[in-house]
Amino acid sequence: MRSVFASACLLLACGPRAVKVTVKPEDPKLDISPPWVDPETFWIRGAPPPARPLSDAVSDPNAPTIVIKNATIMTATGARYDGGMIVIEKGAIKYVGADAPAPAGATVVDGKGKFVTPGVIDAHSHIGVFSVPVGKGNGEGNEAIAPVTAQVRAEYGYWPQDPQVARALAGGVTAALILPGSANLVGGRGYTVVMKPARTAREAAFPGAPQTVKMACGENPKRTYGDKGVLQTRMHEYAAFRMAFAEAQVYAAKQAAYVKARTIWEQRRKRALELDAKRTDGKTVPGEPGPEPVPLDLRLETLAGVLRGDVLVQIHCYRADEMAQMIAIADEMGFRIRSFHHALEAYKIRDLLAAKGIAVNTWADWWGFKLEAYDGIMENAALLTDSKVRVTIHSDSAIGIQRLNQEAGKAMAAGNRAGIKIDENTALRWITANPASVLGIDSVTGTLEVGKRGDVVMWSASPFSVYARAELVIVGGRVAYEKQKGMQPSDYELGASSLDRRTR
Amino acid sequence: MRALLVVLAAARVASAEPIAIVGAKVCVKPGQVLDSASVVIDKGKIVGVNVATPAGARVIDGKGKFVTAGFIDGVSGVGLVGIDLEPSVVDGRFGPIDPVHEDPVHASYEARDGFDPRAVAVPVARGGGITAVVAAPLGGLVSGRSAAYALDGSATPLRAPTAMHVELGASGSGATGGSRGLGVQLLRELLDDARAFAKDRASYERNAKRRMIADRLDLDALQPVLRRQIPLVIEAEAEADIRAALRVAADYKLDIAIAGATEAWRLAPELAKAKVPVILDPTANLPANLAASDVNDEAAAVLAKAGVRVAISTLGSAGGARTLRQLAGNAVARGLTWDQAIAAMTTVPAALYGLKGRGTLEKGSVADVVVWSGDPLETTTAAEVVIIGGVVQSLESHQTRLFERYRVLPPR
Repeated sequence: MRSVFASACLLLACGPRAVKVTVKPEDPKLDISPPWVDPETFWIRGAPPPARPLSDAVSDPNAPTIVIKNATIMTATGARYDGGMIVIEKGAIKYVGADAPAPAGATVVDGKGKFVTPGVIDAHSHIGVFSVPVGKGNGEGNEAIAPVTAQVRAEYGYWPQDPQVARALAGGVTAALILPGSANLVGGRGYTVVMKPARTAREAAFPGAPQTVKMACGENPKRTYGDKGVLQTRMHEYAAFRMAFAEAQVYAAKQAAYVKARTIWEQRRKRALELDAKRTDGKTVPGEPGPEPVPLDLRLETLAGVLRGDVLVQIHCYRADEMAQMIAIADEMGFRIRSFHHALEAYKIRDLLAAKGIAVNTWADWWGFKLEAYDGIMENAALLTDSKVRVTIHSDSAIGIQRLNQEAGKAMAAGNRAGIKIDENTALRWITANPASVLGIDSVTGTLEVGKRGDVVMWSASPFSVYARAELVIVGGRVAYEKQKGMQPSDYELGASSLDRRTR
Repeated sequence: MRALLVVLAAARVASAEPIAIVGAKVCVKPGQVLDSASVVIDKGKIVGVNVATPAGARVIDGKGKFVTAGFIDGVSGVGLVGIDLEPSVVDGRFGPIDPVHEDPVHASYEARDGFDPRAVAVPVARGGGITAVVAAPLGGLVSGRSAAYALDGSATPLRAPTAMHVELGASGSGATGGSRGLGVQLLRELLDDARAFAKDRASYERNAKRRMIADRLDLDALQPVLRRQIPLVIEAEAEADIRAALRVAADYKLDIAIAGATEAWRLAPELAKAKVPVILDPTANLPANLAASDVNDEAAAVLAKAGVRVAISTLGSAGGARTLRQLAGNAVARGLTWDQAIAAMTTVPAALYGLKGRGTLEKGSVADVVVWSGDPLETTTAAEVVIIGGVVQSLESHQTRLFERYRVLPPR
């Protein structure tokens, strides 16, 4: 128990960290370290291993040097280089700008007529948890046993050989937030992944990405629990949110009290040892028992993480009035909402969302599939952007994730038709820089800037064209997909599909 | 709603004059695209392309625009499905077993009885350049009969029934305790019974016939299929199911089409030889179905190359009908030609369902015409003018009204 409270600071130190490039050991390395690097283990085993720093995402010493020359480079920062060049080295972007001589030893790709963008990031995916093939043995998205299952994690259900991974990758997606489904008010923790097939869930982790939690309000929890006599109305939903957080507040307060008591005890103990060392009569100061630790409660730990600001809150919510309810609860309970997902009516309260600094993840044109989705309009993203709300176009679909570039194009065009000017840089940010921000990884990815992670896509045409295909997808500075070679069949597809034969 | 109807009626009257779309890029029919051409419309029909503009015609400047025949979704939920999760506005969506008859056969179901021409999805689809749909039932073993509607708000179908819809695979076998083979057998038995029923209806009425596996109206509804007046559209994903469908078609001498058709590309030569068209969503590339997991991103192109007529469809969507052209564009990005993609949304579904005079802008065709801001397969373009039956349509919808209301927010 030596280090039980050496790590009290950890309680405060689980948010995104500043980028500091550190050299990672040799690669490849199968990472099977425990995922629960947050304070959970603190209470039972002493200090947890330090959280992987976000800077790990921009360093891969053994990654090759890749150069794309002579391409139209859309950086998502506002800068655009026609006939430009990008250099990716050791996992990170080394150069982006006008064409220049390529460094020696680099793999050089001719980008003539091609478009280069940051890797696409999806802020809302269920790939790996709602896997294919769909079968009784699959389907990990909803732990629909109780409305609040904050203890579960998408990571535990993530199948890194889901055939959907390679398909998303072929659509230019380099990272995504994998979320539990929306059956529950609090569905569990999300998992930010690198979009690459992997052997273990841990191997697919986006290095150092902050923790997230999925919440949902409205029809889905009502529908899931209405017949079970657990929760039938929105009246109960919002009450249940408040009750859960009230419980978490007590838990967090007990933890804080414990830390405080333990710190005092530790000081007294240290002092006693010092006194003992000075004595020559062999006697010692009598020992005192330490304070009783608070038993670890994984469910409350997640919610306490929300209250501490360590866990980013991602809320599935369609209606404007319901988003306002959630904001009121967050204000009352003392947490911040990172973003609303789906949010088809966000345009109705875009002033409120802008004032609160809450991002919106939505679709270009989904609507009408349920009553709370009745008022979706194609100008949602444009109106929100116009009001300074951070917007992403998300997929929530393993089909849609394969063409988020087109979806962004649709929403851009809808805005422009309606007289709300949305330029290509803005639309590109909807699927790159903005989702990176929603996931808390924008300091290391989401734009093409020197020092950022080598998450890069080369498209055959303007990414907003329906005819554009991702031809080269680079993830963390390594080539993860080449159209010419075809997508990698998942383990499931080997020997049993023509994709396997076609790509061999 | 009354106000809207008045507006629509006014629009109809105002548009009854001849129309000339001039100076546009015109796709007369798949394979024939003319630059800076004109399309003249009068009395609901296409007068011609590059013919003289009649006096008093309403002239639409088509400079920089693209003109095509209106698109047709051949397996649509428009008009049947209002809100997917609200059963009170969902029609023709059956579980494996009909809850009323405990029967997987709904042959007598007619989409025209369930179609709501005022459904909210109608103007939304129309705004996306969809001018006609085949509203089709789904589910069960025999889902029922579809009906084709122009999306101009008319309650009278263009044609009804347009086809009998059947589901093999998971849905069909769900009706027979999970056995796909039994599902096919049940279909055969049904066709046999329908034949026997037609041969001697009198003894059936006297109750002097052996037990039939379906109700009288179901057996009656199958007659146009046996007479090849309407096709049997068979939803089948797995190669095995598609092969079974081809055998049934050959044995009973039926006109069939395969819908869904995940693994149809594996049977492209067989389908071409049997002249069986395929209705598919080219973006459905997930190996989601354990029984039909050999997906191919380029399925539409493989089929078309083999000579199979390919129709592109949302396969039953209502709210998503307007994405039809995006599906087609993605097929083009995966090997289908642009002309084949246009055909897949116009001439192929029109021919498949017997919608005569639709799907092209040739002289004498019904004037279902869309003026696009650019290439209609691009998602950044839009339908700017939609003409159905020679009448310029309102593009107002629930969504455009919402936008107008919230364009400027009330003060907080």
